[in-house]
Amino acid sequence: MSDLGWIDAALTSARPQAVGALLRYFRDIDLAEEAFQEACLRALKHWPQNGPPRDPAAWLIFVGRNAALDHVRRRSRLAPLPDEAALSDLEDQEDATLERLDAADYRDDILRLMFVCCHPDLPATQQIALALRIVSGLSVRRIASAFLVSDAAMEQRITRAKSRIAAAGVAFETPGAVERAERLASVAAMLYLVFNEGYSASHGEVARRAPLCDEAIRLTRLLLRLFPAEPEVMGLVALMLLQHARLPARFDSQGGVILLEDQDRSLWNAQMIAEGLALIDKAMRHARPGPYQIQAAIAALHARAATAPETYWVQIERLYAALEYSQPSPVITLNRAVAVAKVQGPQAALDLIDPLAQRLSNYFHYHGVRGAMLLQLDRRDEARMAFDRAIALANTPAEAAQIRLHIDKLSQESGAETQSGHAS
Amino acid sequence: MHYAILCYHSEDIVCAWTKEEDDAVMARLSLVHEKLDAQGRLGPVVRLLPTTAATTLRKDSDPPLVLDGPFAETKEQLLGFYVVDCASLDEALDAARDLAKANPGGAYELRPISIFHPGKAGE
Repeated sequence: MSDLGWIDAALTSARPQAVGALLRYFRDIDLAEEAFQEACLRALKHWPQNGPPRDPAAWLIFVGRNAALDHVRRRSRLAPLPDEAALSDLEDQEDATLERLDAADYRDDILRLMFVCCHPDLPATQQIALALRIVSGLSVRRIASAFLVSDAAMEQRITRAKSRIAAAGVAFETPGAVERAERLASVAAMLYLVFNEGYSASHGEVARRAPLCDEAIRLTRLLLRLFPAEPEVMGLVALMLLQHARLPARFDSQGGVILLEDQDRSLWNAQMIAEGLALIDKAMRHARPGPYQIQAAIAALHARAATAPETYWVQIERLYAALEYSQPSPVITLNRAVAVAKVQGPQAALDLIDPLAQRLSNYFHYHGVRGAMLLQLDRRDEARMAFDRAIALANTPAEAAQIRLHIDKLSQESGAETQSGHAS
Repeated sequence: MHYAILCYHSEDIVCAWTKEEDDAVMARLSLVHEKLDAQGRLGPVVRLLPTTAATTLRKDSDPPLVLDGPFAETKEQLLGFYVVDCASLDEALDAARDLAKANPGGAYELRPISIFHPGKAGE
């Protein structure tokens, strides 16, 4: 790896810790970011000559803090400017100062930095954009590209989000146990939003948006290193890995979506699956189940099945029932119905989802699943109506294409029947 | 003499490599592996999953305590290891230097092996 490649990885990996510490110090997100930026510029100047410091984050915090203090002093003209030589002397003394920043501080710093992005007033898209900008340090241009909007629009969105969190105020005291647990839950939810922003990409967008999945996994792993005994964080990393592992098998050469049961499982990323399964094993030992662990366990059952027919649907149905119990939602019931259909047949599944008709009347997947169940029961006219409704609600061309396959098949079959004079 | 070459690196940094950077490092390392393999000196090569996947069994209590995470909470973590057959420490250092050129940063600990059962799991 080139010098610059190494430095880039070091700056990226140090960023959450360094900006988090600078935020605690300055209590101002813009100032913290500027300070980090300044420290990065100096790192690019010093590291290639002097070699990398042993603790890059500590170096960046120290240098960034001094640089920002200079700016503040310069602005207020309270103190004379230190010259460059004096500053270099300070940099040599980094070790002495850094002892005071112990691991516990770092942990809460990073959690706070991530938590700042989860403010409940911010809509999901702004939380994601803010996290990618502040925690990951992605450029506005890259974030804009991932969201398929102009740079200017994204710049504005991030600025607006920042002024909102500034107005809301951030708690800088070291959080108590309950508050820390609440922050952890909010941050986990935000990281899953970042992941899903990448995961929901269509084939044409994968190159620009799939890196968001990698970034979400990197940040969630970081969170797990800070809180190594939290089973829900283990579950979330596992869930992300097990879903992301399927990426190479999710689209055909024309960009069409390949459903889970039709995917070529040899294309799944074995390393990600191994890590995901290991994390679920670890999480289960704690016997404190939660929604991420349950969803990860479901993904794990798919990952463990060598072929689609070998899927352990009975267990998947039980897990969806557990998820439904802990987080009642019509969408989860709909997912459970797919498993119920495999175990007890399409009629049982229909009985389960019919009561959802009103609440999910505008939900693409509801009508898609319902159509598939009706088709299995050979209630063709009703199936046709459900598929027509689904296609009208499709969110992407790929979703529409998926339903069109069913409709085309229905039309062909009914055409063939008319010609040969058979009635079904 | 068999040497274990234990690979230590900052996990934060390795996790921040892009897929392209990771692939490039692995491609360069595989050239070194091939060279050692051609000389019949390469034993098991192991890259470990991230320390977040690790579990530690503390056996200094009875019953042993099961803890989440790696044994040592250090900046640089054990991320993998090689077993290489080397006639001398110099040979082991040469092998480690070749590997270091392919994968800079962090450290290799060279540790002569006392007992080595290749086992059958890797076959």
